[in-house]
Amino acid sequence: SVNPDLASERQTASFSVEKLTVWLDGGVENTRTRRAVVEAIESDPVFSRENQYFQSQNERYEAAVRKAVHLQKKMHEMGWTENGPEYKYIYRALAGDVAFLLHRIFVRSISMLGSDKQIAKWIPLASQYQLIGSYAQTELGHGTYLQGLETTAVFDSTTQEFILNTPKISAMKWWPGDMGRSATHTVAFAQLYIQGKCYGVHPFIVQIRSLRDHSLCPGITAGDIGPKMSFEHADNGFLLLQGVRVPRENMLSKFCEVQPDGTYVRWGSQKINYFTMTSVRISLLSDEVIMPTMKACTIAIRYSVVRRQSKLKPGEQEAKILDYQTQQEKLLPQLAAAYAFYFINDYLQELFDNGYKEIQKKNFDMLPELHAFSSGFKAVVTQHCTSAVEICLRACGGHGYSLLSGLPSLYTKILASCIYEGENTILLLQTARFLIKCFMAASAGQPVPPSVTYLAAVKPRRCPAKNKLDFLSPDIYTEAYQHMAARLVSSTAAKLQDLIQSGVKKHDAWNQCTVQLAQASKAHCHYIAVKNFAETVEKLQTQAGIQEIMKHLCDLFALHGIFSNAGAFLHDGYLSGAQMDMVTASYLDLLPIIRKDAVPLVDAFDFTDRSLNSALGSYDGHVYQRLYEWAQKSPTNKQMSPAYEKYLKPLLHNKLSKL
Amino acid sequence: AAAMAMMNADLRRERAAATFQTELLTHILDGGAERTRRRKEIEALVLNDPDFQHEDLNFLSRSERYEQAIRKSSLMVMKLREYGIADPEEIYWFKSFVHRGRPEPLDLHLGMFLPTLLTQATPEQQDRFFMPAWNLDIIGTYAQTEMGHGTHLRGLETTATYDPATQEFILNSPTVTSIKWWPGGLGKTSNHAIVLAQLYTQGQCKGLHAFIVPIRQLGTHEPLPGITVGDIGPKFGFDEIDNGYLKMDNYRIPRENMLMKYAQVEPDGTYVKPVSDKLTYGTMVFIRSLIVGDSARSLSRACTIAIRYSAVRHQSELKPGEPEPQILDYQTQQYKLFPLLATAYAFHFVGAYIKNTYHRISGDISDGDLSELPELHALTAGLKAFTSWTANAGIEECRMACGGHGYSRCSGIPDIYVTFTPSCTYEGENTVMMLQTARFLVKSYTQVTSGQQVTGMVSYLNDLSRQRIQPQHVAARTVTVRINDPASLVEAYKARAARLVEAAAKNLQAELNHRKSKEEAWNRTSVDLVRASEAHCHYVVVKLFTAKLSEVSNAAVRAVLTELCLLYALYGISKNTGDFLQVGILTDAQITQVNQSVKELLAIIRPNAVALVDSFDFHDVHLGSVLGRYDGNVYENMFEWAKKSPLNKTEVHQSFHKHLKPMQSKL
Repeated sequence: SVNPDLASERQTASFSVEKLTVWLDGGVENTRTRRAVVEAIESDPVFSRENQYFQSQNERYEAAVRKAVHLQKKMHEMGWTENGPEYKYIYRALAGDVAFLLHRIFVRSISMLGSDKQIAKWIPLASQYQLIGSYAQTELGHGTYLQGLETTAVFDSTTQEFILNTPKISAMKWWPGDMGRSATHTVAFAQLYIQGKCYGVHPFIVQIRSLRDHSLCPGITAGDIGPKMSFEHADNGFLLLQGVRVPRENMLSKFCEVQPDGTYVRWGSQKINYFTMTSVRISLLSDEVIMPTMKACTIAIRYSVVRRQSKLKPGEQEAKILDYQTQQEKLLPQLAAAYAFYFINDYLQELFDNGYKEIQKKNFDMLPELHAFSSGFKAVVTQHCTSAVEICLRACGGHGYSLLSGLPSLYTKILASCIYEGENTILLLQTARFLIKCFMAASAGQPVPPSVTYLAAVKPRRCPAKNKLDFLSPDIYTEAYQHMAARLVSSTAAKLQDLIQSGVKKHDAWNQCTVQLAQASKAHCHYIAVKNFAETVEKLQTQAGIQEIMKHLCDLFALHGIFSNAGAFLHDGYLSGAQMDMVTASYLDLLPIIRKDAVPLVDAFDFTDRSLNSALGSYDGHVYQRLYEWAQKSPTNKQMSPAYEKYLKPLLHNKLSKL
Repeated sequence: AAAMAMMNADLRRERAAATFQTELLTHILDGGAERTRRRKEIEALVLNDPDFQHEDLNFLSRSERYEQAIRKSSLMVMKLREYGIADPEEIYWFKSFVHRGRPEPLDLHLGMFLPTLLTQATPEQQDRFFMPAWNLDIIGTYAQTEMGHGTHLRGLETTATYDPATQEFILNSPTVTSIKWWPGGLGKTSNHAIVLAQLYTQGQCKGLHAFIVPIRQLGTHEPLPGITVGDIGPKFGFDEIDNGYLKMDNYRIPRENMLMKYAQVEPDGTYVKPVSDKLTYGTMVFIRSLIVGDSARSLSRACTIAIRYSAVRHQSELKPGEPEPQILDYQTQQYKLFPLLATAYAFHFVGAYIKNTYHRISGDISDGDLSELPELHALTAGLKAFTSWTANAGIEECRMACGGHGYSRCSGIPDIYVTFTPSCTYEGENTVMMLQTARFLVKSYTQVTSGQQVTGMVSYLNDLSRQRIQPQHVAARTVTVRINDPASLVEAYKARAARLVEAAAKNLQAELNHRKSKEEAWNRTSVDLVRASEAHCHYVVVKLFTAKLSEVSNAAVRAVLTELCLLYALYGISKNTGDFLQVGILTDAQITQVNQSVKELLAIIRPNAVALVDSFDFHDVHLGSVLGRYDGNVYENMFEWAKKSPLNKTEVHQSFHKHLKPMQSKL
């Protein structure tokens, strides 16, 4: 039976939850496939996450390896393949708690960067798990800035080998997943030297552990980098190379090759490398960032209708905490953002698919725009979602702090996404470079990609809204965002020009404007997100049942952004002080409206209890009972703590009373 | 070893270039050179004591961490008495060095159980309980929070029903939600608890009262019949603490176990009301002032780590062809870290102010003058929330500013974060705290509009009634805001607070005029009310920081503190431009100027950044961070640290034989 406080929320839903779920999945067929995959995984005890919160790092790692091995068997049994429709739901069902993710990157990098011969040799070995791969790029001293890597690979023409070395401590490979304990091979990135000349960073396949007994190969020092904030299941590793020799054929050579006599030959375009990064950034958003945010919203919102605290009206029962305006103001904007970013993900995916088609026709025109979008949105979405999950955590008060709520592990995992695959500040500045370039081009009347044509039309304007209801018009708020983004880009461009004209060197001028440049990039992405949300709602005309609630969420997402960033909209008088008061009023009016549908809106995400793995967020709402039962399972309650015999007993028995 | 003793060249250069003496600033933070000397003396007592050494806690399981903490706490109590350390602040230092800034299992015993006995037990009860507790025959905790109830105390459900026949109280946990949940030291450590329960006598509920409840058998430490007690399981942090649960089933305790200094139950069950007890206000003010200080310290630790590491880490290029620069030279990195550094200093001074004011007022309590207490109570509620929210977010920014390595536990920042973040919830949930301050602000505003004067930090509201804020009036005043003058910025913050308090009060009135109930009107205005409180607290912080400047006698130190104060105030404006623009406290042009000044200040502060964190004077052992080491030898020590990881205990991990090898042979 369901807790009556949750049951009553579901009775008053203004829309069909199942309809919304199907629409989010992109069709009833997808919903069916997803549920079947989730069911198959969750009913298999090997994949259980029941004891996850009580396990040590060693136990988590072992479980992740066991699951990864079992998954191969499972896929075979179920007839799932890497190209099948089920594949994308497997990872979601496992909630990421599985080893060999870097093995996949190993495979992907060989397929993308290897010659046909290399692919023919390594890919079958890897897909049969005859070897386990990793991907060693980041070093102790270098991350996002690849040119700075210090590992060296020197060509020795007498033996036809490369000699790999870690010349100093900061050059040690550091962080690669699966490398600390599991991997037998890795793709290591190193500066290539031929006859004393440096040719830049290149990838090399290096064996690091024996295929027989898993011991380290000669010249290799490798191990685990120690405990982290999360990712206990992953053996992020270090790797030190001392005179390690690999055959000439182990340099991945789709685009360049070292010939037997030491001649360096380059062919083809390396632009495709950017495309790999773009694809990784887009694909991580859905599984690693948006899903966890939706889970956090589900947990926090369900708990907020079960938890009662204090009284709203004298004499009545204590109120559900979701009935407090301040609680609504914490959680509902995060819910709206989860939807907004879910739609942005679709948008980016479409952009990416179109780009891919063009690239296959050897047309690279879309690359800069794709690269700018994927960088900017990776930064904006990861940052926004990380803070959203933290808000959910803190909105659950003390119980949110218990690992059993599920929220701390969601948080510690999502926050790593702000750093991996490109540090966010650096990514925002890459987007800014694109925006400034387009702005200059547009001002000079040259053609620019359609997504940025708005930059050409910067002029002083005023918002036409007359009353608070006007701010529920997508045209009004989308235009406000557009104006704000265009203003920030154009004023930063002007500032850059001023500095350069006054004699400041270009790179100095750039560094002096980076704070504003990052803000301009965020504004641009925020504008696109609002516009895309509004257009998504527009297209829902055939689905009247869900269009209305999606419209409310879109309004909330847009107005929350204006409310919490008021200065940027007021700055040049685009909005007046009186209009800002209207925005605030409309924004606060939306909270109780969405409040009514809050539980159905998270139910529609359709997470099973097992996948939430939360004592606070389960579907039936029996929060306290579950919290109590789960706590009993804690190892701390299984036996008398050794601390009692060793320390407490002597302490309690008069060792001190003489003092 | 000789190489390890050397200081990283970048850090050496940074320190040589500082424009002020770091010790002088340390003395200001400690409250005088003598306090600094004494702090270091106590620090040395702990750090040179082999009994307090142990393996890096990052590599221990939760159970092992608890065990280490218990071991150290027992020693700590003995040694404190051996050394004769009795001053509360000195005890705090000692404890903080022993446990390296982490909580410990006896916290509740020392910090709540013993003091509650002192303030709420009768002399007879003190005879029975205090000395055994002082000698740790009795280890106690303070069990207030329940699974279903936290900040809202009246909702607690545990009952204590008086039975005159046996002269006992019968304690019960009638529902799952009434199970005591969270108290520190309850799960495994304590054998007694002070339990808060609804008192029933002669068929009537008399509200919450405190009872001394034995929970474990002396000698065997087994739970007593009728008591179910245990650990609540793993948490985000606080691994050293056995936060516990407690369920009582018809559990009887003698009548004399109710704390009866104030309220009493007589043998026949007659209830005697307490005389009013304003002192509980005092305790809350005191604990919240500790949290404000803790916000400052935790943020200072995170800043120390992030700024030192940013001076050691080199990345990318600023100028084509030149070596990779220190990441602290990037404007975006300065923009992340320096406002937080300024905030840490601001909060230090706010914490010191509350502590001093509290001591001054509690001096008055014996003379019976408690008139300032309500304002201080209202102010500390808001400041507790304001500073802990800001520090919480700031610690995370520091971590992220350290890139990937910040995410490793060797950075120390994950630990600072998980230890600090619950302070947003405990001792009063932050949103509820903000609304308490708002209640006081609205009350003051109402007083002013009805013609009375208010005093203290809210006296700016008096100006509202004299010269009603009209847009044009305020606009006329804008020219007088000088953005490079802290005193003038205090006025700007004051105007913002006044406007937001007035707006919230008017919105509240408008809701009331719609014939909403008082509570509903309050709820429908609460987002505005929280904003008003935040603006008020922000003003208080800017004001106190500015006031501190004139107390600094050394010119070089005053100069650098003035820069930090300006950065704090201007950055706050740039992050809240909407509030200042909307009613014309500042113009568009001034906001542009503010943004420009912020960037100029970043460059001005840059040469002193490392010296400014050195002044916080955290010992490496206390800091617990490889990235933040004083000598800056980061990378070699990260490698040394990683080698000790539990996954590295054996060269080939057991999972190879168990899982990997069988798979490889099968496929």
